[in-house]
Amino acid sequence: MNLLNTIFHFYLDGFRQMTLGRTLWALILLKLFIMFAILRLFFFRPAMRGMSDEQKQQHVATQLARPQNGH
Amino acid sequence: MDASLIDWSRAQFALTAMYHWLFVPLTLGLGVIMGIMETIYVVRGDEYWRRVTQFWMKVFGVNFAVGVATGLILEFEFGTNWSNYSWLVGDIFGAPLAIEGIVAFFMESTFIAVMYFGWNKVSRGFHLASTWLTTLGATFSAWWILVANAWMQYPVGTHFDPDTVRNEMNSFGSFLEVAFSPMAVVKFCHTVSAGWLTGAVVVVGISAWYLLRRREERFARSSMLVGSIFGLVACGAVMLSGDSSGVMVGKAQPMKLAAFEGLYDGSEHAPLTIVGDLKIPNGLTVLATHRWTGFVPGINDILEGGYTLPDSTKALSAEEKMSRGVIALDALTQYRLARAAGRTEKAVIMREKLEDNMPYFGYGHILDKQDLVPPVPLVFWAFRIMVGLGSLFCLVFLLLVIVQYKKQLTRWPLLLRVAVWCIPLVYICSQAGWVCAEVGRQPWAIQDLLPVNAAVSALQSPAVRITFFIFLVIFTLLLIAELRILFRVVKKGPQIEEQDNEQKQTD
Repeated sequence: MNLLNTIFHFYLDGFRQMTLGRTLWALILLKLFIMFAILRLFFFRPAMRGMSDEQKQQHVATQLARPQNGH
Repeated sequence: MDASLIDWSRAQFALTAMYHWLFVPLTLGLGVIMGIMETIYVVRGDEYWRRVTQFWMKVFGVNFAVGVATGLILEFEFGTNWSNYSWLVGDIFGAPLAIEGIVAFFMESTFIAVMYFGWNKVSRGFHLASTWLTTLGATFSAWWILVANAWMQYPVGTHFDPDTVRNEMNSFGSFLEVAFSPMAVVKFCHTVSAGWLTGAVVVVGISAWYLLRRREERFARSSMLVGSIFGLVACGAVMLSGDSSGVMVGKAQPMKLAAFEGLYDGSEHAPLTIVGDLKIPNGLTVLATHRWTGFVPGINDILEGGYTLPDSTKALSAEEKMSRGVIALDALTQYRLARAAGRTEKAVIMREKLEDNMPYFGYGHILDKQDLVPPVPLVFWAFRIMVGLGSLFCLVFLLLVIVQYKKQLTRWPLLLRVAVWCIPLVYICSQAGWVCAEVGRQPWAIQDLLPVNAAVSALQSPAVRITFFIFLVIFTLLLIAELRILFRVVKKGPQIEEQDNEQKQTD
């Protein structure tokens, strides 16, 4: 328990004493928000979302097994 | 597949990867330099070196904060824009990237906290160990990313399963084959040493800027000494690993090597082109084979085939490879149909046919044999920019070490100015290296197995174009933010002299 308390206060003091770090954390959080709450949700939906593994196999096999060079 | 969809998907991936690649080299290089500086502090017990280390840790922190997680966008793109590819390589990418994620998260996030918050709270030894472990964690992450990348350039240790439609690692032995493939080893050495070079150039450049302004002179001289000696070591490592990389590319990706050199017709004594007609006789043969005589195929040779390969077999022509690729694709379809219909005998025959032609699987998707040629002018000039600037940095480090040894550093303002200008140049150099490695292997997403036109997801081209521009705006804003913070930190400086004066007055 003492160890956990020490670790907790180590981080707490560290964050409290940050100067430049505050700006950097704000930047990191803003970036993560843009990435996960905007880009991931609205722009990067996995193309095979909702498919079972068997459906994915069939989908990719169909896509790959279609020769595109007209032979 | 719509050509504009392929081009926009590639452009989007290139933009994201190149943006991510702006931050990685400095993290790798500056981490080692911080470790060296802090080691000097611990060994000598001199507080001054602690402050020097702390300043470079600030620069490291800004770079780390802006760069962290930018690589995750690439993983989003795998699932959305490159779903066929993503499924096909899942097993190979899954394991290294999972290890990378776990290692990066636990090592970097634990020890980076001690590195920044732990001054005066943990012992000097533990703090020093944390600094080195943060750097080691970043380097370890780079290893696994490069293992995944190297597999795309040189797919070994795996087996294509037509039932799951995936390349799979069947044993621990095949995992080791992927993790320690010769391509992965040379890529790791070359990439990490290039990162060291970037770190050294940035440290030396910022120190030179202070010296030109007659500011922070003691700090600048100390940093310059560590940076330039480390830079010289990094230059040696970059050259050695670059040489091994050239041999490996010659073996595994001869078309890429031919594009580096703009070599259309190969020969037993191929010259190395500097620029235009300025060539080193026999230079390319020596670099690519490490022998005085050895055939280096040109672009036309690779397309026409018929030359003797290192294993004494004859190279197939592009048309032959394309035909065998179509046989492989057809065998895959027939195998899956036969298996679904319960026709075991036919399934066995088709599977054998697929395995016989598997080395040419990707060629079945090539529309025209000219599509096998990467954009030669772009790769040719990127290679020259990379090598030319790399040579410039080596010369600058060498001169800086000499003038420091002679105690004449400030008598060479031109050299200091060049050192400052090397900062933007080192980024151009490392981006040119990325272009060589990734554009040079086009059209392959996975060498010989999957071209980009088969790897891409069937999305709407305008949607990909829109996200490209959204990224461009976001990345540009983040970069401006980073540069502003970084310039502010550098302008403010470490203020070691001021702090010393304040301390003396207090005493």
